Amino acid sequence: MTDVDARAAMHLSDASVSVELETQGMTLNIGPQHPSTHGVLRLVAKVEGERVTSVQPVIGYMHRGYEKLSEVRTYAQITALVNRIDWVSGFANEIPWIRAVEKLMEIEVPERAQWIRLILSEMTRISSHLLFMSSYPLELGAATPLMYALREREYVMDLIESVTGGRFHPNFNRVGGVKPVAGGGSTQKKVSQDLPAGFFQGTREAMDRVDSVMDELDELVTGNEMIRARTIGVGVIPPEKAIEFGLSGPNARASGVDFDLRRDGEPYLPYDQVDFDVITEQTGDSFARYLVRKEEIRQAVRIVRQAIDTIKPGPLQAKVPRVLKVPKGQAYVRTENPKGEMGFYLISEGGRIPYRVKIRSASFCNLSILPWVLEGALVPDLVAIMGSLDFVLGDVDR
Amino acid sequence: MNFWLELVIKTVLVLFLVVLPVALVVIFGELKISAHIQSRIGPYFAGGRFGWAQPLADGAKFIQKEDLIPAGADSSVFRFAPYVVLMGTFATFVVIPFGPDLAAEKLDVGIFFLLAVSSLSTLGVLMAGWSSANKYSLIGGLRAAAQLIAYELPLVLAAVAVVIQAGTLSLSGIVEAQANMEIFGLGIHLPYVLTGQILSFIIFTIAALAELSRIPFDMPIAESELTMGYLTEYSGLRFTMFFLGEYAAMISLAAVASTLFLGGYYLPGLDTDALKVAGPFILLGKTLILCFVFIWMRWSWPRLREDQLQSLAWKWLIPLALANIVVISIFKVVL
Repeated sequence: MTDVDARAAMHLSDASVSVELETQGMTLNIGPQHPSTHGVLRLVAKVEGERVTSVQPVIGYMHRGYEKLSEVRTYAQITALVNRIDWVSGFANEIPWIRAVEKLMEIEVPERAQWIRLILSEMTRISSHLLFMSSYPLELGAATPLMYALREREYVMDLIESVTGGRFHPNFNRVGGVKPVAGGGSTQKKVSQDLPAGFFQGTREAMDRVDSVMDELDELVTGNEMIRARTIGVGVIPPEKAIEFGLSGPNARASGVDFDLRRDGEPYLPYDQVDFDVITEQTGDSFARYLVRKEEIRQAVRIVRQAIDTIKPGPLQAKVPRVLKVPKGQAYVRTENPKGEMGFYLISEGGRIPYRVKIRSASFCNLSILPWVLEGALVPDLVAIMGSLDFVLGDVDR
Repeated sequence: MNFWLELVIKTVLVLFLVVLPVALVVIFGELKISAHIQSRIGPYFAGGRFGWAQPLADGAKFIQKEDLIPAGADSSVFRFAPYVVLMGTFATFVVIPFGPDLAAEKLDVGIFFLLAVSSLSTLGVLMAGWSSANKYSLIGGLRAAAQLIAYELPLVLAAVAVVIQAGTLSLSGIVEAQANMEIFGLGIHLPYVLTGQILSFIIFTIAALAELSRIPFDMPIAESELTMGYLTEYSGLRFTMFFLGEYAAMISLAAVASTLFLGGYYLPGLDTDALKVAGPFILLGKTLILCFVFIWMRWSWPRLREDQLQSLAWKWLIPLALANIVVISIFKVVL
């Protein structure tokens, strides 16, 4: 809407009174600075009163050019970049990237390193979903669950930090294994001091805490009549639409798409040795997406508990050359990240730097459904639906 | 005494001795209670102990801020809106009785006056939303207007039930009626909430929450949707006025609810002489308890949607309030 039109809408009284009262829609620009766009998403919404007639998402405010940057970085350096794609699940981002390199180099990763990766990936899932559990009620107006969920998330973050040294950007994976302990000498001889002392005990306690806060949130949020009234039947995505728009992860599973790369994909971590359920819901509305994430936290807790019982001492690093040179070839590896499917398509022409890296990020595809799902929604529902899709703008723009 | 002089003295006394200190107490209460609900500590440093000076410090900070007026704003309306909000709220304190002989003005139509002026502040909100030249503000202002129309009705109907039982429109009269009410001749004088007005009390409280536009009915502000609704463009002193007005309105509606349903300044077992001294404190105590309930709700619940708010008002509260009036009237006639 032009400025003149806006003035006309604002001062209807100034206009000559027509026989019939004319109403006209209004263009509402939401973002890039707005409390509930999870960063710098901009939505150009056409509204008729409270009803949204069309929405055009504008992305790119967070574009950092990681795909291009990857073409001038060595393989080890790129790990630090991919941490920052989806910054609330930094560790999980590293896995598909490092697996893609390992696939091209045909490296067999030692079992202990794989288990450490699995434990930390699931912890990342817990922390990412707990962030959703805190921010989603906030978007619906309830401020208190935020504090409860973030409080327990902090214990999980502490554990990740105690292992990797970073809360958000661990940069912990190395091609062929995980980061050696500082001052630990040869990484192949170091067998059991890689995880800090008291890590297992701390993990057990943290998992109990997460379980108990989930019970608390069940009482505070899940059973709340107003939350249910705001989310049930809001933003329904049928399974065929979910597939059509390339939705993945919890968003697709909430629509009844029973697909989880941990179970159905090409194996990338020893998920076949742990017992867990893939959570699906049939309704596909915002509440279903909330329920799927809530149950996935409990499943992740289950996986972590089994993993710390299963993990055995062993080497952390496979034998890799000191200067990483990846043979010529192409590889695509996708993994089940907290936000959905994340994939790296890596083309190597040989040498120390990749020729091309294409990042398939979950949030980008999950966001693509916005114009379709928001059409005809109310302005309050716009926030409820957007929040339930749980995207991170760093993951959208890369 | 000169009428105008008397008026000014009364206004200043009520405003600066009652409304402002209590508003500061409630703001501080909100900071601390919300903190403890959320397992935080809350304000800690300001004032030395418990952060008691935090509301004052906030106020002092707001006053120093620049008073911004958007370029496209309807300047005079924009400037005037906060005063309308404050005026409507402060006017309600004029008729609230703080003791047997302690009210700024003992109006015979007290409750009528009160309900009339309390809806004035929504006019200010609408003015703020309209004049800000901001689409979020506009939506917020219109939501506030829709909310006022929907919730003024159950509020008034709930009060009507009390008026029927008490047989008077005067607020002091309603308190006295509660103090003198006999149930089955047992000699126990209980407030109305325990003697048949429980439904009216619940309806009044819900409608009051909506009038205050606090969570779960804070759609006019709706931070996550409309950034700050009609407050988006306000800053500095004018924002402080809205802020203060919100808490003053909360106190005023809590005081009205305690007067109508909880016996106001009256406490069972105290005679008139004791009430003359203790009355203001009893009313204050009841008011603060209700304020606590409002704060408690705000930090426990999410926000409803605009259409859900409307259907709650028109489909549930208004029919219930009407049925309640019928029942109360029948009892009034029969007993």
